[in-house]
Amino acid sequence: MRDVAIIGVGCTKFGEMWERSFRDIVVEAGAQAIGDAKLNGEEIEAMYVGNMSGGQFVSQEHIGSLIADFTGLASTFHIPATRVEAACASGGLALRNAIIAVASGYHDVVVAAGVEKMTDVETGVTVDALASAADREWEGFMGATFPALYAMVARLHMHRYGTTRDQLAQVAVKNHHNAVNNPRAQFRNEITLDTVKNATMVSDPFTLFDCSPITDGAAAVIVAPAEDAKKYTDSPVYVLGSGQATDTISLHNRADFCTFGASVAAGQRAYEMAHVTPNDIDLCEVHDCFTIAEILAIEDLGFFKKGQGGPATLAGETAIGGKIPINTSGGLKACGHPVGATGIKQAVECVEQLRGTAGKRQVDGAKIAMTHNVGGTGGTAVCHIFSNERRK
Amino acid sequence: MGVPRFWREIPARYNLIGSKCETCGAFYFPPRRFCPECRRQGKMAPYQFKGTGEVVTYTTIYTPGDSWIGGKPYVLAIVKLDEGPHLTTQVICDPAEVKIGMRVKKVFRKIGEDGDKGMIHYGTKFVPA
Ligand SMILES: [Zn+2]
Repeated sequence: MRDVAIIGVGCTKFGEMWERSFRDIVVEAGAQAIGDAKLNGEEIEAMYVGNMSGGQFVSQEHIGSLIADFTGLASTFHIPATRVEAACASGGLALRNAIIAVASGYHDVVVAAGVEKMTDVETGVTVDALASAADREWEGFMGATFPALYAMVARLHMHRYGTTRDQLAQVAVKNHHNAVNNPRAQFRNEITLDTVKNATMVSDPFTLFDCSPITDGAAAVIVAPAEDAKKYTDSPVYVLGSGQATDTISLHNRADFCTFGASVAAGQRAYEMAHVTPNDIDLCEVHDCFTIAEILAIEDLGFFKKGQGGPATLAGETAIGGKIPINTSGGLKACGHPVGATGIKQAVECVEQLRGTAGKRQVDGAKIAMTHNVGGTGGTAVCHIFSNERRK
Repeated sequence: MGVPRFWREIPARYNLIGSKCETCGAFYFPPRRFCPECRRQGKMAPYQFKGTGEVVTYTTIYTPGDSWIGGKPYVLAIVKLDEGPHLTTQVICDPAEVKIGMRVKKVFRKIGEDGDKGMIHYGTKFVPA
């Protein structure tokens, strides 16, 4: 198996892009990544596109052909293009597939992209489409929405560990603070604990500000064999580890509702492959689709003991400059959550941090960064560990 | 939801019929063909749950999806049936009344409908016991 590096990244602005189309945003992200890697395009041998619900959000399936076509790689080069779907983990899984394709020696230069256009339909339609990331027949049918399922996790976490409303709200406050310095972020405004607690109730105990927004956006990265990476870029970022895991699709079939077994397993697999421990990670982009999700993630990935995620967050240990900076990009909460694109955007943020080009969000001396991308309520989890130094 | 899809699920939805693994004794809801513990050695048989249990966790939903035709807000919960398995269900009660650990029992209720001309969906909800 070959070591793999990221040689180029691209990412659109995240937000409500009513004037732009699905294909337009993903082509923009891909073009940025190709430019960043100083490629012409014909070097690209294959493409993996993460997308959750093109069919429900824009009535478009057959995403692989569409994107290859409009990036100019279909009619001339006929490259293999594959759509990858694992709900909100689609992007992370597309990247993992691209890494595997290069590591295996099957392909050399491969694009992993992620895209979602969520604002072309009304909010109620989006709520129904997102609910399809859970068990439609036995959760969605009973009236379960995506926020409701996470709200039930939050309720039990509060009951069992004493996690407080302020600790949950601080996740959103911190992520909005980080997003102020991210030019791509959907929301670049500071908020307070009161902003979160006094907002419109969505699903008790969550208000609108405990939930990630409905977002359009696309991101792309280009991967290549680590031994060739310096041919393309002076600042390659190396993939040290990749882990993927699944759990029951329905929340109610889990052994424990306060931990995501898939996150634990995907994290452990990535740590083992990278030969690192949670203590070695300098920053992590975690899947904060709801405020409780970030607290679960930092516990499940081993940064804090179970039940300590909330107090650690309120104490500032996950802020930039703290023990382990979490979601320097603003996370899903403030940077935005175009579901299929999120996992790739997380990787883009890690690459910028490891290159030292994250501007005012920069984590000083960052050498090892991690991503954690979750599908549904923990039915799939994908973790990656990156470094600006090649594996010894 | 199409008629065939709903029709297939009627026994489980109307009567709370799941599976019991006769090899290890574990209960499952909804029905499963494979026991995740015993796999090929498992022997699954239909099992009708008594329909009593307790609330493990809950939320009150204020913003349902477009397909939701019921009133709002409504209480959604994960209920642990007395035989062991958990399910996601609505609890018909005042949102201020629901508590973790509250005893509940099953009732047969309308769940939803496919627009004005579509079929009406029935199934199991829970009420305080
Ligand atoms: Zn069994």
